[in-house]
Formats: sequence, structure tokens, C-alpha cells
Amino acid sequence: MEALGLLLHGFEVLLTFKILSLMMVGLVLGIFVGVLPGLGGPNGVAILLPLTFTMEPTSAIVMLSCIYWGALFGGAITSILFNIPGEAWSVATTFDGYPMAQQGKAAEALTAAFTSSFIGSLVAVLLITFLAPGIASFALRFGPPEFFAVYFLTFCSFVGLGKEEKHKTIISMSLGLLLTAIGMDTVSGQLRMTFGSDNLLRGINFLVAVIGLFGISEILLTMEERLALRGHAAAISLRVVFKVWREMPRYWATLLRSSAIGCWLGITPGGAIAASFMGYNVAKRFSKDKESFGKGRIEGVFAPETAAHASGTSALLPMLALGIPGSGTAAILLGGLMVWGLNPGPLLFVEHKDFVWGLIASMYLGNVVGLVIVLSTVPLFAAVLRVPFAAIAPMIVVSCAVGAYAIQNAMFDVWLMLVFGVVGYVFKKINIPLAPFTLALVLGNRAEDSFRLSMIGSAGDLRVFWSNSLVGSIATLALVLLFWPLISAAIERLRGALVKTTT
Amino acid sequence: MSEPTEEPRAVASTRAVDIVVSLLLAAFAAVMAWDNWKSGAGWASDGPKSGYFPFYLALLLGGASLFGLVKATADRAGADKPFVNRDQLRRVMQVLVPTFLFCLFTQWLGLYVASFLLIAGFMRWVGGIAWWKSLLTSVIFAAAMFVTFDVAFDVIMPKGPIEALLGF
Repeated sequence: MEALGLLLHGFEVLLTFKILSLMMVGLVLGIFVGVLPGLGGPNGVAILLPLTFTMEPTSAIVMLSCIYWGALFGGAITSILFNIPGEAWSVATTFDGYPMAQQGKAAEALTAAFTSSFIGSLVAVLLITFLAPGIASFALRFGPPEFFAVYFLTFCSFVGLGKEEKHKTIISMSLGLLLTAIGMDTVSGQLRMTFGSDNLLRGINFLVAVIGLFGISEILLTMEERLALRGHAAAISLRVVFKVWREMPRYWATLLRSSAIGCWLGITPGGAIAASFMGYNVAKRFSKDKESFGKGRIEGVFAPETAAHASGTSALLPMLALGIPGSGTAAILLGGLMVWGLNPGPLLFVEHKDFVWGLIASMYLGNVVGLVIVLSTVPLFAAVLRVPFAAIAPMIVVSCAVGAYAIQNAMFDVWLMLVFGVVGYVFKKINIPLAPFTLALVLGNRAEDSFRLSMIGSAGDLRVFWSNSLVGSIATLALVLLFWPLISAAIERLRGALVKTTT
Repeated sequence: MSEPTEEPRAVASTRAVDIVVSLLLAAFAAVMAWDNWKSGAGWASDGPKSGYFPFYLALLLGGASLFGLVKATADRAGADKPFVNRDQLRRVMQVLVPTFLFCLFTQWLGLYVASFLLIAGFMRWVGGIAWWKSLLTSVIFAAAMFVTFDVAFDVIMPKGPIEALLGF
């Protein structure tokens, strides 16, 4: 059990006063941004990222990931008490959570949500602890062609499996890839698409784009919808907590199913949001009493929350082991790694043991501490929602600007953020998905580098992507996923034809 | 189509915005493709030249936007779907314009003064919150930001003449 030893070492790294207090700060800030409607995991992490720029990487990632856990917990408060999902994957929680609050069982619903999120994350962290080192050491054998194939697979699965219109996914992805190519070409040193501008020379920073796309655009959308916040009050007493916990084992099957669904979809790129809906629907399908779902059934809170957190956490697995983020937030954390001067990918496990195991240990500790904090401070954070939005909106704008400026100390980036904010607002309104855009922005350069390095290695022969069984199967799988809608339609038709001939 | 009377008039339909965005993206793609063609989009002996990747991406983007353009033009249902109505647009402008001014002021007055102005002004005029509450909140927020970033975390923000007077 090598992993256990390394994990213990990780806890050793964590247990200093400085890191523990940063952890608490991160959790509280995270719950705060999670509670605010319109701000959730990715936005919160993107806005608060500049706080960590001058820290050493381990403290920085511990604080950031705690912001993330906090935001995940906080999102449930808004969903249940105010019927407003903090982010896409809290939507399913409102189905049964809000009815429970209406029936005066808000405390039960919140306890159920927090505890099941905790369980979901825990399962995913266990998965990361025991699986990630193996995957990373396997990936150490990867050369540029393998890496390109994996990136290609990620992009293809977004196009092939995404629910949005295909051409809109392609627009969003190719625009993102194109924007990352601006600036100096890393292979030849030549300048591309800078049009003589000094500011474009640096290229378009991923984080600046993300802060605009998520932070600013979210403020615009929230203003447009003019959310009227009318919520239920709640305070959680220990009695309620133990009551819910006693009930919990009865739903072990639901919890287990949701965790499994969450972990699977979290690792698959682009699957994080689907997880909570799928967890909910599967629980409903397996239930003997389908009618009571949507009317305030506690199982309807357990199922989506477990799945959402399992997927949110396991999305960090491919990020740590392969350098490929499984979700928007993971992509932002990955952007953070690069700011702190770390090179994401399998080598991380070899070169920065302290960092990786410190992070994994902080996932355990952060979730336990987060659960305690969030259970004890619900009334406080529910009060945050009574602060008028007119006071919160400008503060978020300022935080976004600070974030955008701090990355490269450039005023140009603040303007760029504003432009991305408007772009994000328009894209969201006409259903151009932003997740492929984010992914393309963070992976674009590395995908191109690995493609060109493989081309240099093979003297321009595209067959290098089918040169051995490993890279060949990844590349083939990518193509299958890309054309999956066509393939599944063809299978359907074949099956239909078969049925016809047999009858 | 008779619309419910209490709904304010739509400023633009989703279809119109779809078309405009497709056109803008296609134009952007064309500019990018042209620039990359100039810097060499071919295949050298050692693999693709530096313009190769972005050139074909630009083509992909252009193709997808043209497809979107055709699809949006043919989409009759989208013509009735409002993109924003008047009230919504006004509210969006209520944030967008102050944010723009805030960026402008940051350039001249530094971030802290600009954020003080933004928060106080926004709370007072958009939120209709009492003067003393607005001023107090914005002073505390700007000071807290200064202490957090410039003092505690060493993240240096742009500063203007007022900070210079105070000796920072």
C-alpha cells in the first residue's frame, strides 16, 4: 500500500498552522461564493485565484481546492432555501430540496445535501488516492503522439457526446483553440495573429478569459433576470443532523449508485453536469415509490448531491494524472498550476510529491472540515442572501477586475475581461456552450505542441497516431466518439431493419 | 402571434442575434485565416508550419459559423423568440456601463478609488440604497481590498494620484 504511506506524508505536509488556516479561509470564502446566486465553483475559483499568486504552490492549491469544496457545499444552500440553483449541477437538488424547505423540513434537506455531498466526494477522493498514481505512472510512457491522442479524445467526446447543437460546440471549441494560438508560436518562435500589437504578443491568458466568461457574464445574466430572493430560514440543530444520519444507511444503494455515476461522469470530460440529473433519474427509476419524487423526498436530495460531488471531485483525477481537466473548475485549477510554475501531467507525481499528496490529503481534510463548518453556519450564510444584490454586484465586478489585472499586471487584460464578459453573456443566451471554449483555451497550446512534436518525430507522417496499439486505440476511440451521433443512428437503423426482417 | 400585453417589447429576436454572431464569427475567422495564410500555413519538411494549425482552425470556425448562419436564417421559430426585452436590456446596461466606466477610471485613478466610486455609485443609483450605507460599504470594501491584496498578499494593483498623495 504505497499510496497510504504517501497519503500520510501528504497529511504531514498539511498539518501546519499556516496551511490549516488557509484551508479554513478557503472554505469560508468558497461557501460564500457558492451561496451567492449566479456564482458557483468555477466563477468563485477564477475570481479568488489571484489571492494565491504569491503563495507557494502547495498552500495555493490547498486554499483554491478548499474554495471549490466550499462552493460546492454553498450551492446546496441556495438551491434548497431559495429554489435558485447556484450552478448547473445544483438544478436537480432543487427538485426535492425546495419542496422539503416549503414543508418546513429545510434543516433535514440541508443536512441530507451536505452529508451526501460529503459521501460523494469521499468516494471520489478514495478513487483518486488509489487510481491516480497508477494512471500517472502508466502515462509516464506517453510520448507526444499519445498525449495528442488523449487531447483529441477529450475534444471529440465534447463534440460527440455533448447535448448542445453540434455546430455550436464546434464554434465554441475552435474559437477557443484559435484564441490560444495568438501570440508567440512556442515551437518556431514566430509571431502569429498579433497584428503588430504589443498586448497580443503575450497571447490571450486563459484565466482572463475565464474570469470574463464566467464572472462578468454571470453578473449580466443575473441582473437581466432580476432575481427576487425569497427564501426559507433554517438553522440546523444536532438533533436533526443525527436524525438524518440515522436514516441515511437505509439509502445505501442510492448513495452507492450515485457515487458510481458521479465518478464515472466526472472522469469523462464534459460529464460533470449530467451527473446530478442522471443520479436523480436513476434513483427515481429504482425507487418503488416513483410518485413521491419531486414532492420533497429526502432520497431526491441524496441522489443528485452525491453524484454532483462525486463527479466534481473525480474531475480532478484526469487533471492530476494526465493534465486534462474533467470540468470547468478543474480547468481553472489547472490554469493555476501553470501560474505557480508547475507543469501539469504525469510527471507531477514524480517531481512534486509534496504538492500532489498534499492536495489529495487536503481533499479528505477539506471535506470533513467543510461539512462541520457548513452544518454549523447555515443561518449565517442564508443571511448573506438577504444582502441586496446592488451591493454584491459591484463587489464581484471589482474582484473580477483585480483577478484579471493581477495575472500579468496588465490593464489590457482588464479590458479583455470585459469583452469576454459580453461574449459570454451573448453565447449563453444563444446556447453556445462555454465548457468546450474553456477546455480549448486551457488545452489549446499543449494540444498543438504535442501534435507538432509528434509530426517532427515522424517526419510529417500522420500514421504516427496509429503506430502502436496504445495510441492507435485512443485515436480510434476519439474518432468513434466524434462520430458517435452518426454511429448510434446507424446502429438504430440496423436494429430496426433486423427487427423488420425477422418479423 | 398575439403576445401577452404585459411583456415589454423585445429589442431583438434570438434569430437576429444568432445571425449577427454567426456573421461576426465568420468575419473573425476570415481575418485569422488570412493572417495565418500569410505567415505560412503549409507543411514544411519537419511538419506543419506555424500558421498551419490556426489556419485550419479558422476554416473550421468559419465553416461552423456559416452553417449556423444558414440554420438560423432558415429557423422561422427563432424569429418570435425574444433575445432580450427592453426592461432586461436596461438592467443589463445598468451593470455594463458602470463596469466600463470602472475600467476607464481604474486606468486614471487606480483600482481602489475606482472601486470605491463603482460600489458607492451602484448601490446609490441602481440599488436605491441610502447614501450613508453606500459610502460606508464602499469605503470598507476598498480598504479591505487594499489590505488583502497590497499589504497581506503582495499582489500589487494599479494606483492613482490619491494613493500617491498618501504615500503608497
